[in-house]
Amino acid sequence: MINFKKFTLNNGLRVIVHSDTSVPTVVVNVLYDVGSRDEHPEKTGFAHLFEHLMFGGSKNIKVYDEPLQIAGGENNAFTTPDFTNYYCQLPAENIETAFWLESDRMLSLAFSKKSLEVQRKVVCEEFKEHYINKPYGNVSQELRSMAYKKHPYQWLTIGKNLKHIEDATLDDVKGFFKKFYNPSNAILVVAGNVTVGQVKELAEKWFGDIEKGINNKHRYIKEPAQKSARRKTMYADVPLDAFYKCWHIFPRSDERYYITDLITEIFSGGASSRLFQKLVKEKKLFSSIDCYHSGSMGPGLLTIEGKLVTGIKINDAEEAVMEEIRNFLKSGITKKELEKVKNKTESAMAFEDMSMTNRAASLAIYELIGDVNLINTELKKYKKITTKQILETGKEIFREENSSTLYYLSSNIHKDEQKDSATN
Amino acid sequence: MNRKIAPPIKNALDFNLQLKPYKYGQLKNGVPVYAVEAGEEDVLQLELVFYAGSINQKKKGVAGATNFLIKNGTVNRTAFQINEEFDYYGAYINRSCFSETAVLTLHTLSKHLGKLLPVMEDMLTNSIFPETELDIYKQNSKQSLQVKLQKCEFVAGKLINRYLYGEHHPYGTSIELNEIDSITLTDIRKFYENYYLKGKCAIFIAGKLPKDYLTLLDKNFGNLNLKKPSFKVSELPPQPAEKRKYRIINDKNAVQGAVRVARNFPTRQHPDFTKAVVLNTFLGGYFGSRLMSNIREEKGYTYGIYSYIQNHMSTSAWIISTEAGKDVCEPTLKEIYFELERLKNERISDEEMLLVKNYMLGSILGDLDGPFQIIAKWKNIILNGLDETFFYNSIKAIKEATPAEMQALAKKYFKKKDFFELIVY
Repeated sequence: MINFKKFTLNNGLRVIVHSDTSVPTVVVNVLYDVGSRDEHPEKTGFAHLFEHLMFGGSKNIKVYDEPLQIAGGENNAFTTPDFTNYYCQLPAENIETAFWLESDRMLSLAFSKKSLEVQRKVVCEEFKEHYINKPYGNVSQELRSMAYKKHPYQWLTIGKNLKHIEDATLDDVKGFFKKFYNPSNAILVVAGNVTVGQVKELAEKWFGDIEKGINNKHRYIKEPAQKSARRKTMYADVPLDAFYKCWHIFPRSDERYYITDLITEIFSGGASSRLFQKLVKEKKLFSSIDCYHSGSMGPGLLTIEGKLVTGIKINDAEEAVMEEIRNFLKSGITKKELEKVKNKTESAMAFEDMSMTNRAASLAIYELIGDVNLINTELKKYKKITTKQILETGKEIFREENSSTLYYLSSNIHKDEQKDSATN
Repeated sequence: MNRKIAPPIKNALDFNLQLKPYKYGQLKNGVPVYAVEAGEEDVLQLELVFYAGSINQKKKGVAGATNFLIKNGTVNRTAFQINEEFDYYGAYINRSCFSETAVLTLHTLSKHLGKLLPVMEDMLTNSIFPETELDIYKQNSKQSLQVKLQKCEFVAGKLINRYLYGEHHPYGTSIELNEIDSITLTDIRKFYENYYLKGKCAIFIAGKLPKDYLTLLDKNFGNLNLKKPSFKVSELPPQPAEKRKYRIINDKNAVQGAVRVARNFPTRQHPDFTKAVVLNTFLGGYFGSRLMSNIREEKGYTYGIYSYIQNHMSTSAWIISTEAGKDVCEPTLKEIYFELERLKNERISDEEMLLVKNYMLGSILGDLDGPFQIIAKWKNIILNGLDETFFYNSIKAIKEATPAEMQALAKKYFKKKDFFELIVY
């Protein structure tokens, strides 16, 4: 059981407190309900660039990091398609420093020109490091643009291309701040060696007078149901052929989200899972294989990806994956398999809760989903799932017309066949 | 309330940092057990550390292959059955192989420990290393190495180690694609016999422990033919390369280069070590470091730049590492040297001194709050043949560091001629 107490300030800021006096530190976590899905299609990568700018000084404080470090604190942040999360951990005695820093940047940024110029470059280097200068680095962007034609999940958090980041202006920054960075669009979690009374007082003192701002109703263009299978072959300077296939799945708030989560575990959770055992160990078609889902708030994707053993034809590899899926759809799973993936889920949750920063972030995310108590009740949802439900949900997902398939082939291996496309 | 004024803080120098002591136990065969009981969740981590690292192998890749394949089949269980037993209980069994040691790690809900230990015992007594498992291992290792070799950061890491320690030193060597093929079952089975069946072993366990954990461990591992390690660290002198400057082209389409600047450096036993860790923090050990402030936050040449002292037992190195835009790699190098010189020539301000001290102490405080973090600190101390005075001396070194001391240390260790520099595009 993870204890928590929730209250809301007059300006709409939601505050959640989790006290655990066994640790000497506190974590202060601020989640803003804005991610790359909120971006303009011609200005992608902005939510993440903005996250960088949040460290470039606020209205009354020149830089964010130094005062926190003097107080013995550490911090970081991350942006997802759905939200942006900032957190810091510091000695419990110095908790007020975190309130001072976090409230000032929610009040107003400094909007420094220099900071924008530098962080544009930093983010471009981040883009290059993770998505260009790396074999297979551009695959996730390719897959998303195949699967989504309308919904903003069609681009990655880092952005569609370098140009969008290079073109960001200070006016964009100001507009974005005004629209999304205000109390009614944020969730504050304080976790660790702290009392509810202490947090109430500090939250009121530092965040209470920040203007409510626009209360955003997030509406996203709905992705039209996919009617036919999409396929693409591309060639790149990589050493191995790789196979990718993805299917549309359900949003976070849908009960089938949990079922889908278990399905991915059946296919590739651990060394005894189906795809690894059959396709890597027994048939020796893939040297690595994975099945995962995007974990998104909105309707996400389930993906199967694998690198082929050299010499194996990609059609044969795909056929073997599809055979596993057909077997699953025909016979479902055994009681023991279901037991196994439920145990795995229970254990994974327990390990995740070991860290205070994880607990704080989870509380914020559950509140964003709409029910902070999920932190204690979610396991029950998993435990109730039946083999029959797994099969039914599997049938909904694994329809060929719901899928996008990408053959990502080594231009070295396939020197003679590259008529269609040459990318990367 | 004036938002321009920072709230008062408790100085981290006043924190009393304590490393929670371990409980010591011993199995019938003398294998030591170090236990830390802490944490709120019903989980635990068990590590069996064998002195089965790569320094013991006669042929490249054998130590790693033995460690990897130890769970791929015993006389009683197939690889699949072993995997299924761990997966069924939601447990994770991992293996990792380093230079001196090779480790088997179990993460499990505490309630399942008793059911999983017999499977580990089976792996440590009856592994058979089936031929087809070795074949798959070789093929998949080669493929994964092929992908890694295309990444400039991987190649840079491999080359800088080679320059620092020499190609034949265990810290400087790396396996080539064609060498993977030469690993044989005979090599592996022999290595298993010498370093696992008759090996030296130490056990580290942390988390919420069942009352009878020591009895359970003794029942499963106490009768094995294992010995207590001596924890003595032997000297393996490095053979650094003559040439100091390297530019390598690995990928003609690269848009970034991997930059490494590095020098040989002693280990934890050396009197300069604890202070060097403090000096390193100024240089590139945290987000506010000199390198990060200048090269990322001022110039935007990189997404991140760090410096660190490698975690080796017998000899070590001090390394600066970053990936920077292709056209700004050379300017990045220039700025790295500029920052090294600045630490030599300018006294660190009292403000920065205090900031770094507080940051480091706060970070240690944050790092002491979980059982796995505590046991990791102990493991590092014990395996390096040290005791808790090392931890307390490190704290003392931070609290008492002075700008003069930092400058003297920089003058001693930041001589340009001592550094290797490498860019891999």
